[in-house]
Amino acid sequence: MISYIVRRFLIAIPVLLGITFITFALVSFAPGDPISAMLMASEQLNPDLADSLREFYGLDQPWYVQYTTYMGNLLRGNLGLSIASRASIAISIRQFLPNTMLLAFSSMLVALLIAIPVGIISATRRNSIFDYGSLTIAMFGVSMPSFWLGLMLMILFGLRWRVLPLYGMGEWSNGPWDVISHLILPSVTLGAAMAALLARLTRASLLQVLSEDYVRTARAKGLRQRVVLYKHALRNILLPVVTAAGLQFGRLLGGAFIVESIFSWPGMGKYTLYAINVRDYPVIQGTTLVFALSFIVVTLIVDVTYTFIDPRIRYD
Amino acid sequence: MRLHRKQTRGSGQARRESSRPRKALRTFVRNRLAVIGAVVLTGFVVCAIFAPYIAPHSPLQMDLTSLLKPPGTPGHLLGTDNLGRDVLSRLIYGSRISLSVGLVVVSVAAAIGTTLGLISGYFGRAADIVIMRLVEIFVAFPFLILVVAAIALLGPSLYNVMLVLGLVSWPIYARLVRSEVLAIRELPYIEAARAIGASNARIMFRHVLPNCLSSVLVTAAMSMAGAILSTAALGFLGLGVQPPTPEWGMMLNEAKRFLRIHPWQIFYPGVAIMLVVLALNFLGDGLRDALDPHLRR
Repeated sequence: MISYIVRRFLIAIPVLLGITFITFALVSFAPGDPISAMLMASEQLNPDLADSLREFYGLDQPWYVQYTTYMGNLLRGNLGLSIASRASIAISIRQFLPNTMLLAFSSMLVALLIAIPVGIISATRRNSIFDYGSLTIAMFGVSMPSFWLGLMLMILFGLRWRVLPLYGMGEWSNGPWDVISHLILPSVTLGAAMAALLARLTRASLLQVLSEDYVRTARAKGLRQRVVLYKHALRNILLPVVTAAGLQFGRLLGGAFIVESIFSWPGMGKYTLYAINVRDYPVIQGTTLVFALSFIVVTLIVDVTYTFIDPRIRYD
Repeated sequence: MRLHRKQTRGSGQARRESSRPRKALRTFVRNRLAVIGAVVLTGFVVCAIFAPYIAPHSPLQMDLTSLLKPPGTPGHLLGTDNLGRDVLSRLIYGSRISLSVGLVVVSVAAAIGTTLGLISGYFGRAADIVIMRLVEIFVAFPFLILVVAAIALLGPSLYNVMLVLGLVSWPIYARLVRSEVLAIRELPYIEAARAIGASNARIMFRHVLPNCLSSVLVTAAMSMAGAILSTAALGFLGLGVQPPTPEWGMMLNEAKRFLRIHPWQIFYPGVAIMLVVLALNFLGDGLRDALDPHLRR
C-alpha cells in the first residue's frame, strides 16, 4: 500500500512538471508584462524604475532561465512574491486555501445530503411522481449556470427575505454561526449542480444493484426492505458514488472561484481571479500549481479509499 | 410462440429488417424529452440565423430615456437594460454567439481528440503512452482556471474563447475514441482488412472510425452544452466577447451590478442559457439511447 502511494506520487511528478511548464509557457505568450500593466496604471512609475523592477523579478531574462530559476525556487518551497502586493505568495495561499477547502467541503456535504436520500427514494419508488419530479429537477440543476443560481439565491434569500448575509465569510471570533450563515448560500450554489449529478448516479447505481441476485435472495429470506437497503444494497453503490464525488471535489476546487467572486468569499478562487485581472503572473503560476496538486492528492485519496470500501481491491 | 410474419414468407427470402439508422431514428423519436430538446434547439438555431428578422429592435441601440424598464413595457417585451437596450433583441442576437462558439469548440475538440484517440488506440505502445500522458496533464488542470488564465493572458475576444475552449476540451474525445478503438481493433474484420493488404490509414479511417462515430456524436452534444456554459461563465467574468456585442454571460455580468434596484434583469439571460443547455442534454441523452450499440433494446 505504501509502495502504491509512493508510486502514485512518482507518476504525478512528470504531470506536475508538465503543468508548470504549460503555465509558464502560457505566461510567456502573453503580450506585455505585469510591469507595463503597472506602468499604465500608476503615475509614480517611470521607465527606469520599471526596468529595475523587471530586473528584480527576473523578467528580463530569457524564458528558459526564468523557468529554471522558478523550478529551483519551487523545490525550496518558495513560490515567489506577488507583483501586485509584494506579499509572499506561499503565505497568501496558506491564508486562502483553508477558506476554499471549507467552502468545498461544505458544498460536498450539501450535495451528498441532498443527493443520496433523493437517489434512494427515487430508486425505491421508481416511476412515481417523486421519481420523475426529482429527475427533472436534477436535469435543471445540471443545466443551470452556477453563477446564475448564486445570483438568484442572493436575490431571494439576501434581498427579498433578508435572511442570510450576502458577502464575505464572517469571523470565527464572532461565533460559529457568523461563518456558517455566510457559508450557506455559496455552499448551496456550488452543491446544487453536484447534487443533481450525484442523485442521478445514486439512482442509476441503486436500480442496478437492486436487480442483482443477492438482493433477491435477501428479500426471499424475508428481510424487510430497509434492512435489504442498508445492509446489502447501499454498500455496493458506494464505489461509483465515491468515485464521482471525488472527481467532482477536484473540479469544485477550480469551479469554486466564480462563486467565490460573486459572494466575495476570501478564498483561492478570488485570489486567483484578482491576480488574473492585474496580470500578476507569479500568483497565477502558484495558484494553478496548488490547484493541480490538490486535485492529484484528492484523486489519490479517493483511490486509497477504494481499498477500504471494497476489500477485493488491492494495489499490490 | 407466434412466428413473426416476416419469417413465414413463402419463397424463403426473408425481408430485410429495418436498417440501423432507421431503428435509431425510431428509438430517438419515441423519447419525448429528446424530441422536445431537438425542437427547442432548432428554435434557438432559427433565432440565431434569422436574428435580424426576428428581433424587434437592434441589440446595440441605446435609448437613454428608458433605462432599466421592467418587462412588459410596451415595445420592450422583456424590458430594457441599464443602457436602454432591448433585452429581448439582445437575447436573440446573443444566441448567435453562444451557438456558434459551441459548434466551433466542439468541432475543433472532436477533430483533435478523435484523431489523437485513433492514433493512440490503434498504434499503441509509444504513441499511446505519450498521448495518454498528455491527456492526464490536461485533465489535471482545473478546467476553468486554465481557460480563464489563458484568456486573460491572450486577451478576451471571440476568437480566443473558441481557441482556448477547443484546445482544452479534446481529452474527453481522445479517451473515448481510444477505448472504442481498443475494442474494435481485435475484431475479425479488421484482421481481414489487414490480410487483404489495406494500409493502416485506410483501416483506421474506413473501418475503425465509422464505428466510433456514434459515441463521438453523443459526447459532442453533451460537451456542446458544457462549452455554452463555459462561454457564459467567461462572459460573466468579462473575459469573453467584449461589449457592446450581446452575449448571455456578459448580460448577466451587467445585470449583476443592478441587483438591488432591478433584480429581474438577472432572470432572462440565465433562463436562455439554461434552456439551450437543457435542450442539448436531452438531445444527447436521446442520441445515446438511440445510437448506443451496448444498450439492450
